[in-house]
Amino acid sequence: MSSNPQNQSDLWLFRFAALTALVTFLLIGLGGLVTSHGAGMSVPDWPNTYGYNMFAFPISKWVGGIFYEHTHRLLASAVGLLTTILAVWLGLADSRRWMKWLGLAAFLGVVAQGILGGLRVTLHLDSLGVFHATIAQIFFILVCAIALFTSRFWRALAAGQNHFFVSRGLRTLVLATTVLILLQLIIAATMRHQHAGLAISDFPLAHGKIWPDTSAAALARYNALRVSVTEEAPITAFQIELQMVHRVMAVAILILVAACAWQAWRRLGGNDSLAKLALFWLALILMQVALGAATIWTNKAADVATAHVMVGALSLVTGALWCLIGFGRSAASLSEKQPLGVFGVQASMLANK
Amino acid sequence: MKNITTIILAAAVSAVSAVQAADLIGVVTFKGTPPAEKEITPLMDNADCAALHKTTPTTHFYVVGPKGELADVVVALKGVTGKSTGAGAPPVVIDQIGCLYTPTIVAIQTGQKLVVKNSDPCVHNVHDKPTADGNKESNDVQMPGGADLTYTFAKPEPFLKFQCDVHPWMFAWVTVFDSPYFSVSDKDGKFVIKNVPAGKYTIEAVHRKLGAQTQEVEVKDGDVTVNFAAFEVK
Repeated sequence: MSSNPQNQSDLWLFRFAALTALVTFLLIGLGGLVTSHGAGMSVPDWPNTYGYNMFAFPISKWVGGIFYEHTHRLLASAVGLLTTILAVWLGLADSRRWMKWLGLAAFLGVVAQGILGGLRVTLHLDSLGVFHATIAQIFFILVCAIALFTSRFWRALAAGQNHFFVSRGLRTLVLATTVLILLQLIIAATMRHQHAGLAISDFPLAHGKIWPDTSAAALARYNALRVSVTEEAPITAFQIELQMVHRVMAVAILILVAACAWQAWRRLGGNDSLAKLALFWLALILMQVALGAATIWTNKAADVATAHVMVGALSLVTGALWCLIGFGRSAASLSEKQPLGVFGVQASMLANK
Repeated sequence: MKNITTIILAAAVSAVSAVQAADLIGVVTFKGTPPAEKEITPLMDNADCAALHKTTPTTHFYVVGPKGELADVVVALKGVTGKSTGAGAPPVVIDQIGCLYTPTIVAIQTGQKLVVKNSDPCVHNVHDKPTADGNKESNDVQMPGGADLTYTFAKPEPFLKFQCDVHPWMFAWVTVFDSPYFSVSDKDGKFVIKNVPAGKYTIEAVHRKLGAQTQEVEVKDGDVTVNFAAFEVK
């Protein structure tokens, strides 16, 4: 580690950004627990909690669903504070103008997300939960990207010190797969926020068939046989078809991520950081498939379903970071021939920091 | 003489009125074996609620008697609207006992009061989730020993859901009618729809899990018996 004060400052900024990303990840997990336990409306007021100032709500009253919803709000407040500090820090200490804008975007994002969460409670709108969950994923990408951009790794990359050019084909493949994962997470959020439990309760078959019967008579039979402790709204044909789309997309994502990993390994070599990241990505997707199956086999046990949400978030952010690094490396390679480097910053400037 | 005539006329009118309105009575039965109920294990994981039970309670979607008598079936005259007398009807009560709603299936009229009590020593939130336009969703805190909560609904709606999000296994379902001609079958499967005016009707019986069945009836000059014997899982 360098004793240069500027390098020390950059290192602490990176550490703080990484901490913000970590706490955001935990917040996504806690949000997942809120939905998995059906506890989203267990605290009817907002921003107060049962009439108390949120931060003064007695611990003795953190019972049942209130525990999940209230701790989610407290951790969200912590992420809000961390993001605010991060935005100010970036504004004051980072010389890259676009990083200041990223910090501002993160700040506005966390404020919007907090308000959205509050409106979901006060307006009694389940549908807002889908947006709340989706913005959480995008916000997670944003803070992870800030952590990446403040890292030494990125500065070395921007200076053109890191490895080989990444082909456009591979970059496009990873980008398309990452977008597909985002769509998959939006579908998953839609499924979860309909609060209908498991629309299909078996796997790998679906209601005993490869493609389930969604006729009125079949739906009547599914609902008659369905005895669940929680979330007992009758299931609909749309919910069944949505879960089938989720399953088909999961297969497509698995194939695509495997293709990404194989292509990265073949083109970049086994020691390349992006090849290793692609393999890690594939491992995450395999774990995610197993958790998806376990979610059904355990009748949507809250901890398993929440682990499925968290690994989904990690899968998305891994693809997103891969894209940023891949596109960054390509831009850095070009910058050796052009005056401007990664995101409009001269590589030589970054290398000297 | 004039008074006697008046009394005779009044008696005659009353007698005619009596034959023009009758009760619809019947029994609902289930055929076959209902799906097994599940133990509500999350309830026993909650210290406050577990303390209120000696054994783990179960779901009760299918309340079936020894001879197939089916409870919690909402029976009503289909298509009869605009006849609500809910504003003057006595309130219907749902209580929260042992972290469970009791009863879980009720029916009321538009404008009729639904009172929700909390007999538990722990907090509940009472969250109603109507889907019909004109019925307002609300989410209220009810502390132990807190005042009763009162709800009314302006529009008819089948199986309007009440839930507690603090204890997410707690559900009750309230069907709202725009007339007084309805009933909910009891543990013996029996139902009575009182004072039905003479005429031809379609009578509909709906179980939340088993769907609906209908029959045609004609009310003339006496009580009419209508049994629903074909509820089953197909």
